[in-house]
Amino acid sequence: MLAAHLPVQRHPAAKLLAADGAGALRHLPRTQFPALLRSGDLVVANDAATLPASLAGTHLATGQPIEVRLAARESLAPAAVRHFTAIVFGAGDFHQRTEDRPLPPALGTGDALQLGPLRASVERLLGHPRCIALRFEGTPDEIWAGLARHGRPIQYAHVDQPVHLWDVWTPIAGPPVAFEPPSAGFVIDWRTLAAIQDRGARFATLTHAAGISSTGDPALDARLPFDEPYRIPAATAEAIRHSGRVIAIGTTVVRALEHAAIGEKLVRPGEGLANQRIGASTRLRVVDAILSGTHEPGTSHYELLRAFAGDATLRRMDAELESHRYRTHEFGDSVFILG
Amino acid sequence: MVRVAITGGTSGLGLALVREFTRRGAQVAFVARHHDRVEQVAREIAGTHGIAGDVSHKDEIHPIALQIAGELGGLDVLINNASDLGPVPLALLADTDCEDFERALATNLLGPFRLTKALLGALATSAREGGAPAVVNISSDAAVNAYPGWGAYSASKAALRHLTAIWQAELESTGIRFLSADPGDMDTPLHALAVPDADRASLKRPEQSAVEIADAIEALRCVVC
Repeated sequence: MLAAHLPVQRHPAAKLLAADGAGALRHLPRTQFPALLRSGDLVVANDAATLPASLAGTHLATGQPIEVRLAARESLAPAAVRHFTAIVFGAGDFHQRTEDRPLPPALGTGDALQLGPLRASVERLLGHPRCIALRFEGTPDEIWAGLARHGRPIQYAHVDQPVHLWDVWTPIAGPPVAFEPPSAGFVIDWRTLAAIQDRGARFATLTHAAGISSTGDPALDARLPFDEPYRIPAATAEAIRHSGRVIAIGTTVVRALEHAAIGEKLVRPGEGLANQRIGASTRLRVVDAILSGTHEPGTSHYELLRAFAGDATLRRMDAELESHRYRTHEFGDSVFILG
Repeated sequence: MVRVAITGGTSGLGLALVREFTRRGAQVAFVARHHDRVEQVAREIAGTHGIAGDVSHKDEIHPIALQIAGELGGLDVLINNASDLGPVPLALLADTDCEDFERALATNLLGPFRLTKALLGALATSAREGGAPAVVNISSDAAVNAYPGWGAYSASKAALRHLTAIWQAELESTGIRFLSADPGDMDTPLHALAVPDADRASLKRPEQSAVEIADAIEALRCVVC
């Protein structure tokens, strides 16, 4: 597949490869996604806005430049912004692939980090020289202000130009809790929401703190996805109970809904911490279909697709994506798989 | 607890709205340009979240929206109150510098459009969760009447009033309510810039307008609650 190298959420030529429950495939313009819906369907999206999670700064003990990427936290509470799991890179910027980024200087417990206006420290190492528990100093409002002024969204080497917050906030973005954009949601603009309604389908949201998607380090990538906090509104849980098919917009929605599942089409509303992996052996209890980006075999996102379709279907889809020159990554084309 | 964001929150009507909503038990975030003044007001009115930023600057909209939605954990009421008079002293349109006109449009029209758009997701989330969200754009009688000397301000407020009506027409089904509120001629720093020799005793107190606007928002939200 081709890398989508422009930060355009809804490319006019965006494509969608759809697989029905029998494995039959069809190509359509992605704007026609609502045509795949029928009356009674419930479309569920992740309304998380994306944090400016990339912070350039200095490791004060050595004076060396570093980049801190906030990668996870345990709660969605507005004031719970002191403690994060973070990935630390050495010198360089997003023009370099993360695979090629040097390690940070040796980090030790208690090391002070100056990240623009924000002061932070290393609480402890998390089993890898790049992975730390980070603690910010200051009040929650000071931390939010520092992130807003100094932070940038996590950047991508395959996107030529700097990516801004407005490039990564989906049209429905609300609580800023995601570390990378829940990019399947780029498809959902306000016109599409109206089209979903026109099909007799309904729309609901949950909030899931989508974590960092890759670090460029195989040992760390093997630990992804990190645990991700989520919140399911009571109205969404209720809508699921009375819905026909549940269509998840993106992998994060699947992870949250299946983590909260307490029965067939039954989810527990409220907050939770999704810590499971979803793959070929997962039996889905809530979600019937997924709209997602195009993913490369071997990634955790691709593994999740195996819960929706058999390997033979996925292999045929891979071949179609290649031969029809689909674009991949955050700003790329999409797949729809009915399980 | 209702979550309210108010722009232009450190003086005049905005400050009165911050006080009024805090008094009513809301969680309040306010935005204003001058960092020191923001900190001072946030200290004076306990529990409020002060955000330094300029809504007339495109690049500052998302950092402001991030802090509003982040610190409040979402949003139920957005009040676009920050206003720019255009040329000071007031000038005939024919004598108005284009830069003054552009600044009035940036603050009074583009700023509210951009901030509303950036926070629309948070407001729609509130609607789906029964939060009865509302966006209030502070208008003026100059939005409907042609007062000589008020051209830049008047044109920008007329456009804002129409913008409010279009938002309402297009987003009716989402449950987000949009309201233009005309607070009247108040004894505020903005009014003093416009009419320096006004008889202040004849002007409305901003605290009174803040009560009326807060009442109107509560009534509007109760239509859907």
